[in-house]
Amino acid sequence: MKVLIPIKRVPDTDQKIQVKPDGSGIVTDGLPFVINPFDAIAVEEALRIREKSTDTVEVLAASIGPEVCEQQLRTALAMGADNATLIQCDASLDPWNVACVLRAFAGRYQPDLILMGKQGVDDDLSQTGQMLAALLDWPQATFASKIEFLGSGLRVTRETDAGLEIVRVTLPAVVTADLRLNEPRYASMTSIMKARKKTIERITTTELGVTIEPRLQLLGLEAVPSRRKSVRVGSLDELLVKLRAEEKLL
Amino acid sequence: MRALIICEHDGKGIRLGSRSAVAFANAVAEETRGSIECVLLGHSLAAVTQDASTYAPVLVADHPALENPVADRYAKVIADVVRQRGYDLVVAAATTFAKDILPRAAGLLGGAMASEVIGHEFRDGRLCFRRPLFAGAVVATVALNAKPQIVTIRPSAYPAASARPERCGVTSFAVDEAALPKKTEFEVLQSKLSNRPDVTEARIVVSGGRGIKNSEDFERLVGGLADRLHAATGSSRALVDAGITPNAFQVGQTGKVVAPDLYIALGISGAVQHLAGMKNSKTVVAINSDPEAPIFEVADYGLVGDVYELVPQWIARLNGK
Repeated sequence: MKVLIPIKRVPDTDQKIQVKPDGSGIVTDGLPFVINPFDAIAVEEALRIREKSTDTVEVLAASIGPEVCEQQLRTALAMGADNATLIQCDASLDPWNVACVLRAFAGRYQPDLILMGKQGVDDDLSQTGQMLAALLDWPQATFASKIEFLGSGLRVTRETDAGLEIVRVTLPAVVTADLRLNEPRYASMTSIMKARKKTIERITTTELGVTIEPRLQLLGLEAVPSRRKSVRVGSLDELLVKLRAEEKLL
Repeated sequence: MRALIICEHDGKGIRLGSRSAVAFANAVAEETRGSIECVLLGHSLAAVTQDASTYAPVLVADHPALENPVADRYAKVIADVVRQRGYDLVVAAATTFAKDILPRAAGLLGGAMASEVIGHEFRDGRLCFRRPLFAGAVVATVALNAKPQIVTIRPSAYPAASARPERCGVTSFAVDEAALPKKTEFEVLQSKLSNRPDVTEARIVVSGGRGIKNSEDFERLVGGLADRLHAATGSSRALVDAGITPNAFQVGQTGKVVAPDLYIALGISGAVQHLAGMKNSKTVVAINSDPEAPIFEVADYGLVGDVYELVPQWIARLNGK
C-alpha cells in the first residue's frame, strides 16, 4: 500500500506574526518554520499504519513550494517517512492550486491513501483535502480522530460539531487529520542525521502539467489590535457591579 | 448577484448559523440588486422547509439517499443545483458540516472559495471578503477569481436574519440517485445530549481551563455557573487533552470559534490558539490565580484569584445568598 502525505511549511505557531508595513504579506525574516502541525499528525498516522500492517506500506511525503520546503521534508523523513518529493514551485498557491498539483502528482504516484492535515495553521482555510478528493473523485473523511482498516476500506471516526461521526470509505480515499488522531513522535538525533543523507526527489509543477491559476487572491493584510478594556477588578463584587452597571449584562 | 445559501438543519428547523448566512446573502443581494435562495438537503424535510421558507425562497433536495450529511453526495447535489440554476455566490455558516462539504463542492465548481469570512465590502464593484489568518492575529482582505464564489461565514459576524412577514416559495429539486457517489457509508453519529445551549450559539459562554482539576469540579464550577447564567460551556485544549471535557467543548483555533456577548474564562491561561476561538466575544471576563496569565491581556475585566473559591461565591450570589 502507498500512503501519500502532503506537507505544508508554516511559521512556528509559537511565533508572533508581524505584517509588512505595506500589508503585502508577513515578515518572514528570522521567522522559524515547521511542518504544519496537522500534517505532522498525518505523518505519524501513516507511520503507525506501516508499523501495524502485515503488508508492505510505503510512506511518501511531498511538499509543494520553493527549495526551503526541503527542511520540512527532512523532518518527515527523520520521523520515518520512506521517501520524499519536493514539487518545485515559486508561485504563491491557494488551496485550489495545491489540490490541482496534488491530483496530478497522485496520478503519477498512484497512492491508495492520501493523509493530510485538516487545515494549515497559517491560513486556517481547511479546503485542500476536500477539493483534492473532489478532483480525484475519491471519497473523503475529514477531521479524523481515529482510522481503522476494514477489509478493502477504512472506518473513520470524525470530529463534528454534533459529536463523533463514524463513516466507512472505500480506498483510494483522502483523509484529513484532526488534533486527537495521535501525538506525533519526535525524531531521534540518529534519524535526523540519517534523514540528512536521504535523496529527495524533485519535480516541477510544469513537469506535472499543471498551470497555476489562483482563485483566491490576497489583496492585503492587517494586524488585529486588541481593543480590550483590560480592567483589573479587586473583588468578585466589584466584577459583578461592572458587568451589571457598565456592560448591562447578567 | 444570485446567491444560494446551503442551510444546515436538525430535522426540525434551520440552524441559527444558517440564518446568519442568509443575512450575509441578503446584504450582498441588496448591494448588487441580486436575489437569494436557500437549499435544503436531507430526507423528510417538511418541517425544516416550513421553517426555512420564513427566511428565503427554498429549494428542497429531499431523498432517502441524503438522509445523512455525507460529503461526496451532498457536494455532488450542491454542484448540480449550482450548475443547473446558475448562482454567482454560494454561502454557508462555517461549521464542521460546511467545512466538510463546501470545499468539496468548490472542487467540483472551479475552486474559488473563501473560508471563515468575518466581513465583506465592495471595491470598485468587486466583492471582497475579510477573513482571519494566523489564529486571528492577522486579517486578510481577499477576492475570488472565478464563478461561483463559494464562502463560509462566521455566524458571529452576521446577526441572524429575521423571519419575513410572508412565507417564501418552495421548489423541489429532483435528486438523481443513480448519479450519486456510493463510496462513503454513514455508520453512526454519537452525539452527546446536553441540556445546555450550543456553545457557538449561546449569548453567554462559561469556559474552563487548566485551573480546573477534574470532571466533577468542571461540572460543579463551570457547569454550575453556566446553568445559573443560562450559558453554554466550553473549555481550553488542556482540559480536552486531560480527558476532563469532551472534544466538542474545545474553543480555539482548531476547535470551535465563539463570539458571545459575554465570555467567562475560568482558570484559562490564554494560549494564542485558545484566544483565536474567543477573541471576538463582546465582553471577556477572566478569573485566574496567575496575575501574569496572557488571558488578562484580552480580558475586559480580570480578577486574580482561585476559581475554586470565587466561582462558588459567584454561584451563591446568583442564588440570592
